[in-house]
Amino acid sequence: MSVWEYANPKRFMQVSARVLPVVVGLTVVSLVTGLIWGFFFTPDDFRQGSTVKIIFLHVPTAMMAINAWVMMLVASLIWLIRRHHVSALAAKAAAPVGLTFTLIALVTGALWGQPMWGTWWAWDPRLTAFLILALFYLGYIALWQAVDDPDTAADLTAVLCMVGSVFAVLSRYAVKFWNQGLHQDSTILKVGEKDPIDVAYYVPLVVCILGFVLLFVALVLMRTRTEIRARRLSALLAQERLA
Amino acid sequence: MDLVVDNLAVARGGLTVLEGVSFSVEPGQALILRGPNGVGKTTLLRTLAGLQPAVAGSISAPPESLTYAAHADGLKAVLTVEENLQFWAAIHGVGGVTDAMAQMNLTDLRARRAANLSAGQKRRLGLARLLVTGRAIWVLDEPTVSLDTASVALFAGVVRAHLGAGGMVLIATHIDLGLTEAAVLDLGPFKAKAPVATGGGFDEAFT
Amino acid sequence: MNALLIRDLRLAFRAGGGFGLGLAFFLLVAVLVPLGVGPEPATLAKIAPGILWVGALLACLLSLDRIFALDFEDGSLDLLATSPIPLEGVVAVKALAHWLVTGLPLTLCAPMLGVLLNLPGPGYLWLVVSLAAGTPALSVIGAFGAALTVGIKRGGLLLSLLVLPLYVPTLIFGAEVVKRGATGAEALVPLLLLAGITAGAVALLPFAAAAALRVNLR
Repeated sequence: MSVWEYANPKRFMQVSARVLPVVVGLTVVSLVTGLIWGFFFTPDDFRQGSTVKIIFLHVPTAMMAINAWVMMLVASLIWLIRRHHVSALAAKAAAPVGLTFTLIALVTGALWGQPMWGTWWAWDPRLTAFLILALFYLGYIALWQAVDDPDTAADLTAVLCMVGSVFAVLSRYAVKFWNQGLHQDSTILKVGEKDPIDVAYYVPLVVCILGFVLLFVALVLMRTRTEIRARRLSALLAQERLA
Repeated sequence: MDLVVDNLAVARGGLTVLEGVSFSVEPGQALILRGPNGVGKTTLLRTLAGLQPAVAGSISAPPESLTYAAHADGLKAVLTVEENLQFWAAIHGVGGVTDAMAQMNLTDLRARRAANLSAGQKRRLGLARLLVTGRAIWVLDEPTVSLDTASVALFAGVVRAHLGAGGMVLIATHIDLGLTEAAVLDLGPFKAKAPVATGGGFDEAFT
Repeated sequence: MNALLIRDLRLAFRAGGGFGLGLAFFLLVAVLVPLGVGPEPATLAKIAPGILWVGALLACLLSLDRIFALDFEDGSLDLLATSPIPLEGVVAVKALAHWLVTGLPLTLCAPMLGVLLNLPGPGYLWLVVSLAAGTPALSVIGAFGAALTVGIKRGGLLLSLLVLPLYVPTLIFGAEVVKRGATGAEALVPLLLLAGITAGAVALLPFAAAAALRVNLR
């Protein structure tokens, strides 16, 4: 059986109905475990104190903010190439989730930056790039909402997503060029190298990242199911008008 | 050189409105499309003109041989009659602006801006554009809207001359142009039977 | 193609074509900013490169929705789509016309506004060069945004929301060129990056814009 079978809305609804409870359950387990472990059972950092623990929210949401856009890009390409409606609707469903993750990453960063850098906001390249990413999400969502015909909206937003991806990457490098910044480098992939993240943080952080990945999957599945139902409703209404 | 349409299905807003439409038009022939409002005449003509994809079936015509005229004439209000026609003539790389103005009785208005034309005069200018495209197949959507009787007769003469020169004409209209030699195709029987949602091919899965 | 360019220029310069609105807006920005931030020459000199670039960018934005919307409303776009000119060519020519009517005059007038904002001496050359290299990208990116929103009624605000994030790299590199040039620092690297963005946008975006137009016409 080909993987494209799942792109059939009916099949997708059947499969997702069975998968969704499992994903939701795993999300709850891993998020509760990861966050409680991270917040209450890790030591305070010798310099940052307990503020360091915001990484258990900040790092996973920041990662998912970018991953959500990548997922939208892949889904848009699948829609443009293979014309599977579920793919377009999944991209539409992912956008508000991605925007929320972006905003959470920005807010948690600001909360952490106040005691650490002495300011709520700095025009640091990473922060600026995330702000620009939020603007891309806003434009994408606004375009979906502005176009009446669902197929036209899917096509236009897919093109915007492709072009936007290129410009988002360009913006990232332009912003780096523009200001060198305060934000430390990512240390997650530096285990085994110099100056790695401490193992005491590493394990609960990985659990949290897993939890947020699952949360994203669960939310996108739910929202895609809602979109499919909305499409089905409008298709039935249109049919009734014609009959 | 013929225009052959085979088993064509067209959709509007994701719903198939016409299906199984087949006809052919030979050089020198005109075909009048009839049908009640909303049956899908405009959708069919836009599909023929290549502005939207067909749901099923095929359209075969010589390349770059079609031109389309619809409710909107594509006129620029601040350009004169002559400038409007010269633009379309240049786009299509053909001449004949003076001749086109003469045929549609616009020569006296050549220096007038399109903004100052009456509705019927604008329509005549929009139809004169057909003459400067150099295209053989005219696809016309209600071409006689806002034309008076004399102008309708004038336009019928232009169509007849185009047919006489080996052109082809497809007209969706409710008004009798007096083209007695034209074949008539009633689109009513092609109305999509059980209206099936398509939207590019998968909407049926939503119902 | 030439006919289309000539027609678009003619439409822009005739009454109601909107030529000069962008320039007037640019002038207003250069007047309002000193009124807002105060007349100290040192402050103005410091912010002049950024203000001039942001002003030029916003002035470009003003006339974007005219690129396709007028032709869409009066049916010309349908007729152009069935004409022998490929739609990609239509996009490229219309973006060029927009640049000739907006970007080029902005580039030429920018030095005068630089005087108002007390731009340091070495900055003038870099201001003109960076605007000349960057404004074509603004027009092409804008044409892409206009193609996306052409079917939407009152799409002007949405157009700004879509286009402004896409303007970020151009703005950063453009303003950086002037900023560095004004202080006598090495400005060639950002200028080359700016030119690279323009070249890439001009080469690729007409295809994306034409695809969006086809979707909107059907």
